[in-house]
Amino acid sequence: MSAPLVEVRDLAKVFDVSAPWLNRVVERKPRQFVHAVDGVSFTIAQGRTLALVGESGCGKSTVARLLVGLYAPTRGEVLFGGQRTAELAGAELRTLRRRMQMIFQDPYASLNPRWKVLQIVGEPLAEHGLVSGEAALRARVGELLSSVGLAAADCEKFPHQFSGGQRQRISIARALATQPEFLVCDEPTSALDVSVQAQVLNIMKDLQKSRGLTYLFISHNLAVVRHVADEVGVMYLGRLVELSPKPELFARPRHPYTRMLLDAIPDIHMTGRARTPVQGEVPNPLNPPGGCAFHPRCPHANARCSAERPALIEFKGVRVACHAVEEGRI
Amino acid sequence: MSTVPSPAAAPLLEVRHLRVEFPTRHGTLLALDDISFSISPGEVLGVVGESGAGKSLTGAAIIGLLEPPGRIAAGEVRLEGERIDHLPYEKLRAIRGRKIGAIFQDPLTSLNPLYTIGRQLTETIQTHLPVSADEARRRAIRLLQETGIPAAEQRIDQYPHQFSGGMRQRVVIALALAAEPKLIVADEPTTALDVSIQAQIISLLKRLCKEHGAAVMLVTHDMGVIAETCDRVAVMYAGRIAEIGPVHDVINAPAHPYTVGLMGSIPAMDEDRERLAQIEGSMPRLTSIPSGCAFNPRCPRVMNRCRRERPELMAAGATRAACWLVEPEGARADNAAAGDAR
Repeated sequence: MSAPLVEVRDLAKVFDVSAPWLNRVVERKPRQFVHAVDGVSFTIAQGRTLALVGESGCGKSTVARLLVGLYAPTRGEVLFGGQRTAELAGAELRTLRRRMQMIFQDPYASLNPRWKVLQIVGEPLAEHGLVSGEAALRARVGELLSSVGLAAADCEKFPHQFSGGQRQRISIARALATQPEFLVCDEPTSALDVSVQAQVLNIMKDLQKSRGLTYLFISHNLAVVRHVADEVGVMYLGRLVELSPKPELFARPRHPYTRMLLDAIPDIHMTGRARTPVQGEVPNPLNPPGGCAFHPRCPHANARCSAERPALIEFKGVRVACHAVEEGRI
Repeated sequence: MSTVPSPAAAPLLEVRHLRVEFPTRHGTLLALDDISFSISPGEVLGVVGESGAGKSLTGAAIIGLLEPPGRIAAGEVRLEGERIDHLPYEKLRAIRGRKIGAIFQDPLTSLNPLYTIGRQLTETIQTHLPVSADEARRRAIRLLQETGIPAAEQRIDQYPHQFSGGMRQRVVIALALAAEPKLIVADEPTTALDVSIQAQIISLLKRLCKEHGAAVMLVTHDMGVIAETCDRVAVMYAGRIAEIGPVHDVINAPAHPYTVGLMGSIPAMDEDRERLAQIEGSMPRLTSIPSGCAFNPRCPRVMNRCRRERPELMAAGATRAACWLVEPEGARADNAAAGDAR
């Protein structure tokens, strides 16, 4: 396989959520930290899609923001095309930013309501000096809009004149403006209705094929992930618990948490599959359980699971962080 | 799945030709147009549709919680044979809670943050049932235990903010069941929850309503939840019912082209497709609902007639669909001939 386009090594992000200084002094409150992302490593090959799934608060969106540089990592590094992104500055950093773009979840919040579509989609073009002159800008924005199924004439409209699905298409057009190689998509269809979600997912797949795009796709919806991904990483409380090629993950989920997630999806065709009742809730990330973070909810947990944190190890072509899988208990 | 009650039984809830309007400065918006359905005792009816289809509004109209200026302009809602849509506020209040329980999407906003959950539960029980304070508290604890809240005796004296999202939704379910209502209207009860919690809440709601003999009207946009929970389902589009029938038939053999498109656009867990089926365009705004069938501009099988005449719900195999394609046999032959000629 060719060298990966994106490589993430032991990435971690700690947020300081302590009370203000005066409260800490007066009320004797301790400092508090949330380990939002704690030692995540993965690679994405050119033209492929890695999906990260997990429940609220598992750190998947933080990974997305770390990758595009919206947060600085506390530990670890991101390599893009073999270069360490943290070491880049000036013109090199601008080039890097041109090559990776992001699509956000909420198409109502991610577009400036006072800008016309021409300004929204044209801003990255002007910022990176990719076009010169009003006529060229209009022509290029028109091209971008038609590539996502909107009309070139739409560039004179404001965001409020579009539906949710159309707004998400504008976001995609904006992300494509700089002709990036890598798109980070943070729950791009979660705010949309299913029929509109289908339109957006189809556009994203078509664009990937025609432009050779590489995606990091963040989602909590396993059915959507199954539709778009080549590889899937399952996150729980800031860590990857399983990283597998898609067919393997859905055919033979290894980690008990992955199995639980797959079991929790309502079965639309009512095939009468036996479902294990799901136990418990995601613990408070301020005070995560010791050892394997999943052990209080895990039906296979033993003494080792509550004492020792399992590492993500290679196991028959997939990577799993679970003592029970490693010991062959499940 | 609970047993489907025989159709001969008198319906618990009957909605006939319900029409809800919103008068605005720019004219009257027709939000619900000629909605008719019924729910039998103990039955779970799902109401599914995309944003703006009018599914939540249908629930709100039934429990008398339409936001002004919205109003019921025509039609009637009958609970156990009695009309409840034109009752004065105080009389409706007595029915709400006692005969109809409600569960809303966001468990944080449906609980009062200033009262302990015990006080909210006992208040509801004592408002509707003639029991002593001690008995009300015992019942409240039992309800919390039934909804799977650990250490119910202690947690009853805690405030809503001390509960997690999933636990709060359990409290809301306990609250809805507190006065032993005959019907529960649940509006997107699991939408704000994570998938693993969603599965817990759905199975809880299903089990408790069966144990308490309550019928459920479950409003959701999630076809998976409908498939797991309901006996029958109504598919709504632009303020109208597009198709209604037994869940199994609507999912596996949908008759209305909108239902077909909706089912095709859901990524499946058990089959691989390169592309999802998509319905072009989006739902019309209330200000510009097309004439004839509201779905006609997006329909892949549109005929001339669809643009002029509005189809009523008609029998289509096991379901009923508002679509000219499923007209009764005799008329269909004529139509086919006309279609060939075109």
